[in-house]
Formats: sequence, structure tokens, C-alpha cells
Amino acid sequence: MIIMDMYETASWWTLAIAVQIVIGSIFLWRKKIKKPEVILTQEKLFQWKPLPLIDCDISVDEPPMMGKIDENVLNVGATSFLCLDKEQSIMDSAINSLHKYGVGSCGPRGFYGTIDVHLDLEERLAKFLQVEETCVYSYGFSTIASAIPAYAKKGDIIFADEKVWFAIQQGFEAARSTVKYFKHNNMDDLERLLQEAADKKQLNPKRRAFLVAEGIYFNTGEMCPLRRLVELARRFKLRIILDESLTIGVLGKHGRGLTEYLNVPRDEIDLIIGSLEHSFATIGGFCAGTHFIVEHQRLSGLGYCFSASLPPMLTQAAISSLDIMEKQPSIMSELVDNSRKLNRALKNLKHYTFRGLDVSPIKHIYLKDNLPDTLKTGYLRNITNYCLNRGIAFTVSAYLRDVEVSCPEPSIRLASSRKLNEKNIALICSLLDEAYEKVGPKAGEKLMN
Amino acid sequence: MAAFKRNGCVPPITFNHSIKSQRTTNDTNSKLINGNVNQPSNGYTKIAQQSNGVTKMSRGKSNEAPWIDWSKEETYSGSFEKSSLLTAALTHAGLYILMFLGFINQLFFKPKVATERNREGYAPLYNPFEQFFSRYLYRRVRHCFNLPVTSTPAAEVTLKERATDDYNWTFRFTGEEKTYINLGSYNYLGFAEPRGECADAAEEAAKRYGLALASSRAELGTCNLHRELEKTTADFLGVEDAIVFGMGFATNSMGVPGLIGEGSLVISDENNHASLILGLRLARVTVRVFKHNDMKHLETLVRRAIVEGKWKRIVVVVEGVYSMEGSLVPLRALVALKKRYGLYLYLDEAHSVGAMGPRGRGVTDYSGVDPRDIDILMGTFTKSFGAAGGYIAGSRRLIDSVRARGHGHTYAHSMSPPVAAQVVAAMRAIASPAGAARVAVLRDNTRYFREKLRSLGVITFGHIDSPVVPMLVYTFSKMAATVERLQERRVATVGVGFPATPLNKARIRFCLSAAHNRAQLDECLAAIEAVADEIGLRYSRKA
Repeated sequence: MIIMDMYETASWWTLAIAVQIVIGSIFLWRKKIKKPEVILTQEKLFQWKPLPLIDCDISVDEPPMMGKIDENVLNVGATSFLCLDKEQSIMDSAINSLHKYGVGSCGPRGFYGTIDVHLDLEERLAKFLQVEETCVYSYGFSTIASAIPAYAKKGDIIFADEKVWFAIQQGFEAARSTVKYFKHNNMDDLERLLQEAADKKQLNPKRRAFLVAEGIYFNTGEMCPLRRLVELARRFKLRIILDESLTIGVLGKHGRGLTEYLNVPRDEIDLIIGSLEHSFATIGGFCAGTHFIVEHQRLSGLGYCFSASLPPMLTQAAISSLDIMEKQPSIMSELVDNSRKLNRALKNLKHYTFRGLDVSPIKHIYLKDNLPDTLKTGYLRNITNYCLNRGIAFTVSAYLRDVEVSCPEPSIRLASSRKLNEKNIALICSLLDEAYEKVGPKAGEKLMN
Repeated sequence: MAAFKRNGCVPPITFNHSIKSQRTTNDTNSKLINGNVNQPSNGYTKIAQQSNGVTKMSRGKSNEAPWIDWSKEETYSGSFEKSSLLTAALTHAGLYILMFLGFINQLFFKPKVATERNREGYAPLYNPFEQFFSRYLYRRVRHCFNLPVTSTPAAEVTLKERATDDYNWTFRFTGEEKTYINLGSYNYLGFAEPRGECADAAEEAAKRYGLALASSRAELGTCNLHRELEKTTADFLGVEDAIVFGMGFATNSMGVPGLIGEGSLVISDENNHASLILGLRLARVTVRVFKHNDMKHLETLVRRAIVEGKWKRIVVVVEGVYSMEGSLVPLRALVALKKRYGLYLYLDEAHSVGAMGPRGRGVTDYSGVDPRDIDILMGTFTKSFGAAGGYIAGSRRLIDSVRARGHGHTYAHSMSPPVAAQVVAAMRAIASPAGAARVAVLRDNTRYFREKLRSLGVITFGHIDSPVVPMLVYTFSKMAATVERLQERRVATVGVGFPATPLNKARIRFCLSAAHNRAQLDECLAAIEAVADEIGLRYSRKA
């Protein structure tokens, strides 16, 4: 009896629910058919007026027209630190290469774009840096911007210095990982962030974690405390990606970069990224590391896989630059000497402050005055223009203010190089001060008064 | 913007199509009309736009914005013959067998690859499938890629011979070099030359300006040559201004963020190149994807997007010639669509500039579209011009915006002067009669080659005039076998498989060039015929 009752009740309720479902779905279906919003939406189709593609007029500052580096003017803005652009042997080998291979390689590395010089360069770079393998990219900017997303994916976590240069920021953007910025060169802040992440279990053996830094920061001229970084990375199990664009061919006895300079074993750094556009005075970039790590980029590095390879003549130029660096490592110490001299001289500037380690080939010169950034940029532009007319080409560091993560203060970026002598350095300083007095903020105030 | 939206009234001619009485009486008309047209016609709502003198009857019946009648537009983008069900099934089966074997292999044998040292307790660096794929599927065909070239990538190319003793885990050079007919390089107009006008110009520029200026364009990296190149490019394309970058891939990835601002919707073709996808990602815009060259699907997406009402502008991103499909964008139809709905067009002409059109000016030239109707023209110098780098061209306002907001101008080092000189020389050459002859030779070669391939009974994809000719082989193993066998017969080609194509649509890609002569093409065709017989590539059911 009880069973019968239960059955009846159950079936009754089942029936009721079934009827409800049927009514409900008919109701929904009819609603869908009716689509009262269709009329409204059609109205939208008629009304739609797109905004113009470019919504405001933008004026772009005309950059100064340059010739060869150092033609007519002393160029202290171009980052050809070792002045290899002037070497005749490099030019000759590049032109020979041009008459063997033509200009372009007409293909990505995978499809008939691997020219034998690429393999040569990769082998030579690996030998030079004493790593297992390197891979060459065809543009400096794209090297690190492609290397980071080749490993870091969505869901991974990256710790980075807040002053990393723009290409690295773009790498993060492409990777879509969680990025935590620590204060510039502040290891305590990094340790705090790491500890915090470890406590929250954000760092765990299932989640890839990276630490990204630059050997010498392009945006500040400061050096990263690599030993401390390595120590923290090993403690919290992070992989290190180090951008040595400004240190390879600059620091160390043989010019092997920061790892040589600070005597850090190279295999402590998971991936070293270098550029051929500074010391090597050509175009392109490269990644160096163990075979296990670098080989992965040949299939996953977007800028490596999907882009045409570096023109053979520029590759050949990099090989010839490497020849010179290997044959005369003294040029690197000449450069470092000059950087030190420059630092000593810049300390005597009257109207500016500057930033940059003594061995760094990059120095940033800031205005002492307390002004809004846009005004500062304007004054610095006036100063560089004044100096350009008097024979020295400086450059105001160009930034995209609204896209940078933490936009650096406006500055004149000074590049040290092997060609500088005492006289040049004195001239640089005196001209900077002179320009300040003529067209700087104080001069502006005088005019207003 | 189409007229009917601007005035708030509808031009009577377009509207007549959807008047019901006409449709019922006129059969042909009703066929033309898209099935969705009269679905939601509700006669009782008044709509402000339509109180413009149109009779009440027609207003009520047709309160929907008309759809574009695609049958009247040229939407043909190329032929895409489908494989038979059997082929598809076998391809899939083959893939599973390959994967299964790989799995077994992984289980029993230790892979001969470098393993990570000193990183115990770290999260694995790669996704396991990627690793599996590269070790057990890609490795089997690795010998078909990255072949080292030791000559100019011209009509013939010299390759260093490689050999492997351990099933492609590692390679060694045998020391021999062999010359092949080059059907692999993107040297469409044959400007990859070690001597001649262009090379001389490059040499001169290298001596005059050096190999690099070691600074970005916005700082101290601009020289006269860059300005000249930008002007020549703009004139060549018939637009106001252009900006050039030192790397083709980076043109997209660094330029797009300066162009497409917030609040924009991007509708992108499903086969767009990786660089475009990356550029769109970096620009942080919403992206929707439409089926390859399917204008109807695009229109549906556009209408849906407009109706959502939250987008400030809609940008359609397409390529001129698709490098993996060999298809051509139906540009005329696209421009009609753009004008109707007020869209913006981004056209990536990486493979088409120089190679398409009677004057070699790209797909706009080929389809007779005014280049000013395309808002953003982008292209590369890597292919037809035998150099490196890329450009974005368009109105002056647009280019200024790319300079000010794009990443390339501010941060990336400027283009190498000899490379820029090569491009300028090549562009000038195309405008000369000798250059026009190159364009014509390329077109003839392309048609000849495509027609002959078709008569062989293999499946080729794409448009008759596209110099990229993909030949379908479906499976990974056949791709490798074809590349190998063609090499034995002195033909160097490219096999493409996953991840550049869907897993089951591996193909051989031939890139034609104006540098090829008929004898070389005939030799290639004979080789292809022999290989097609040997391993069964005659998949086509059309012949």
C-alpha cells in the first residue's frame, strides 16, 4: 500500500513538473520567436555612427635627420658603444655577403630562410657566451617580446622590476600571465612580494614562475643585483630571464656580460637575452641558454617562427663584430674606462642630476627643477636641439607615457662609447650647462619676467 | 557610412527588395534575398527613421535594414575542394596511429633530448602536449624544415646536405652541397639578386649610412633614406603617407596597438597571420573571428555587433593573399560591405604587394579598388622586394597616429639603411617597364603552374592568380615523403603542417617567382607528377 501511495504521489509530482517544463519551454520559445527587441535593434542598425578611426589629431615631433653615426656631429645618443659601425673590416664582409646572398633571406627560418651564416652566428655566439645554444631573432625589440610568451602562459606568474624596458612589458602583455612589479632594484620589496605569494600559495610547483630583470636597465642605467636575484630565485624556485642587451659586449673581461662581470655561473640564469643592435652595431637579437630551453623557441617563439630571418649581410656583420670582440677584448675595457670618466665629469654638472652606474654605458640626465613631466620633456627637447646645432647629438629618451607601466622621468639618454676622449667629455658637460642657461627652464622664467 | 544611415532615411531602391508583394510575384528576386530578411517583420511599430515619405505599407513590412545581396558581388576567393570522407577518415586514423606510436615510444624509450638540470621542484617549463608533439610528431618530419641555404634564394637555391643517424634527433652535415629549383622562397618578383641595380643601391647605402643607426626612429635613428622610402611607398600604393619598420612581423605586432584604440571591435579572418593576432592582443581590443573569406558570416557578425550598441568603431582585419591557403580576399565585396555599414578595413598585404595586380600594387590594384577606400594598408618588404621590414600606409592622420602611439617608432631601432635602399630600388624597378614585365611573368607562371597542377588531379587551394600554391597531402607522413621525393628530383619545396594548418590538412606549398622560366617549371611539374603517382596524391574528384 505504502509503495503504491508513494508511486502515485511520485507520478503525480512528476506529471506536474513535466507540465510545468512544457509550459515553461513553450513560453520561452514564444518569447524567442517574438523577439520584441528585434525592432529596437534594427533601429540601432540605422542609427549607428562609428567614431572616426583616429579620433584626434596628433602632432608628431619631427626627429632630427641623421646621416652616418657621428657624421658632422658627435653622436652620444646612438647606442653603438664599441663604435664597430666604423670598422672597415665589418663593412667589407657585409658587402661581400650582400654579393653572395642578396639582401633579404625571403623566408622564415623554417622555410628556406636559414642561411648558413645564421647557423655560424648562432654557433659563434654560443661559443662566445659559453652556453649550449643560442637562437638569433631578426629584430632586437621582438627578441624578448617573443621569448617571454614562448614560456610564460596564462596562469603563470612573473616577478619583474618596475623599470624594465618597453619590449619586456610587451612580452608580459603577450603572455597574459600575472605580473607583479617590484620597486626598482629593491630586493627587500621583491622578497616581500615573493614571501607574500608563497604564503598565499601563489607560488607552487604546478605554476611556472619567472623573474625578469635587465643586466643594466635601459631606463635608468642601473645594474641589477644579480647575485641576490639568483639567490631569491633559487629559494622560491623561480626561473630567471635576464635581458643583457646592454651588458653583452660591454661588461666582463671578455665582454660576456653581467654574469662574467659578477662571476655568476651562467647556468644559474635560465635564459639570457642579448641584442645585436648596441655593441654589435647591426640589427637583431638573440637568446642564449641551455639546449633544453632555447630549442623550445624554435617552435614557440612567435617572432622566430613566423618572421623572415635576419638579412644575411647583417648576420655577417654580427659575426665580424664578434671576431673583433674576441680578438681584442681590450675595447671593452676602453669603453668601461670612458663610462667611468663620463660619470666623474657628469657629477660636475650644475643644472642637472644624473643617474647611471659608473660602468654602465647608459646615463640618464635629469633636470633639477621641479616641473611637470610634459614641461620637462619640452625643455629637454630645446636643450638637445640647441646642442645639435652646436655639434653634439643628444637624445631625449622617448617613451609612450600612457602605455608604460611606470613611466620614467623625462631625461636625456647619454650613451658612452669607445670614441669619447677627455676633450669630448668636457665639451658634453659644458655644452649641456650652456644650453640650460640659454634655453632651459631658468631662461624661460627670465623671459617671462 | 552608407547614405541611409546618415540621413535617417532609406534609399527606396535598396528597400524595394524586401517589399513582400514584390517578392511573391518575382521569383528571381526572392531567391536573391537572404532568408532572414522577412522573419521579424512586425507591422505595428513605428520607427522614426522611416517617416520619410515612404508609404505606410512598405514601412511596416520592411522595418529591417537590408542585407547585402552577395550574389551580385564578386565574392570568389579561390577554390577549396573538399576531400572525400575516406581521405578525411584515413588522415585522422593516421594521426591517431602516429600519436599512439609516439606514446608507446615515450613509454619504453628514453628520448634523446637534453633534460633540464638543477631545476628539481620547479614547475615543468613546457606544456606536456607541446613537448610530446615536438618529440614524436614534429621530430619525424624535422628533416624537411630549417634546411640551411648557402646561396641567394633565387630561382635556384643551393642547400647544404644534412644527414641523420638517429631518426632526426640530431643532424650532421655531410659536407655536400646541392642545387635545387627553388619553389620555397617568397621571392615573387625575383628581386633576391646578389648583383644588379638593387644590390648596388644597397651597397651604396651601406657605405653612405652604415649598417645601422643604433637608435630608434623617434630618437636619432632617422636618415634621409627612411624618409625617401616612406614617400616612395606611399606613392607606390597611392596613399598619402606611410611608415616603415625594420621587421615585417613587428610591423603588425607594434603597429596595430597604435591604430585600434579602446572601444573598438575587431572582426578578424580565421586564417590571419600570427603577427596580426599578436598585434590585436597587444592592442587589448575585443576580437571576433569570421570564417575564412566568408562575407555573409562577416555581415552577420557586423550586424550583431552594431546592434549590441557598445562599440565605437568596428575594424575588419583581413589579409590580401593568405599564405597557407593561397586564397585572395574578395576585396570589392568587402569594400561594399564596409561602405554599407561604416566599417574600417585593415588589409595585410604581406604576400600580395608586388605580386598581385597588373602594376604590382597589390590586391587593391588587382581588384580595381581605390587604395584610399582601404583605411589601413599594411605589407612587408620581405617577399616581393627581396629585403626585410614592413610598412603601414594610409592617410596622413592615421600614419601620424601610428608614429605617436605605435610602439615601433618610439622603441624599436630604425631599419637598416642598405635594406631600405634595396626596397626603394625594387619599388622603382617595378614602376619601370622591366618591372612590369616581371609582374607579368609572375602572373603567367602562376596561371601556367596552377593549371598544370589541376590537370594532374591533385587538390590545390586558392585563387588562380595567387602565387602561393598549396597542394593538399593531408597527412604528416605524406607531407614529409613528398618533400623528400621532390628533393630527390631537384625541387626544393616547403611542407606545412600543424601548427600552421589544421592537424589533418598538411600541405605542400609552392611559391612561384618571376625568376622561374618555363623549363624549370616543367621540370618541377614532371617531378610532382612522378611523386603524385608514387605516393598517391591525386585526390581531386573534379577532373
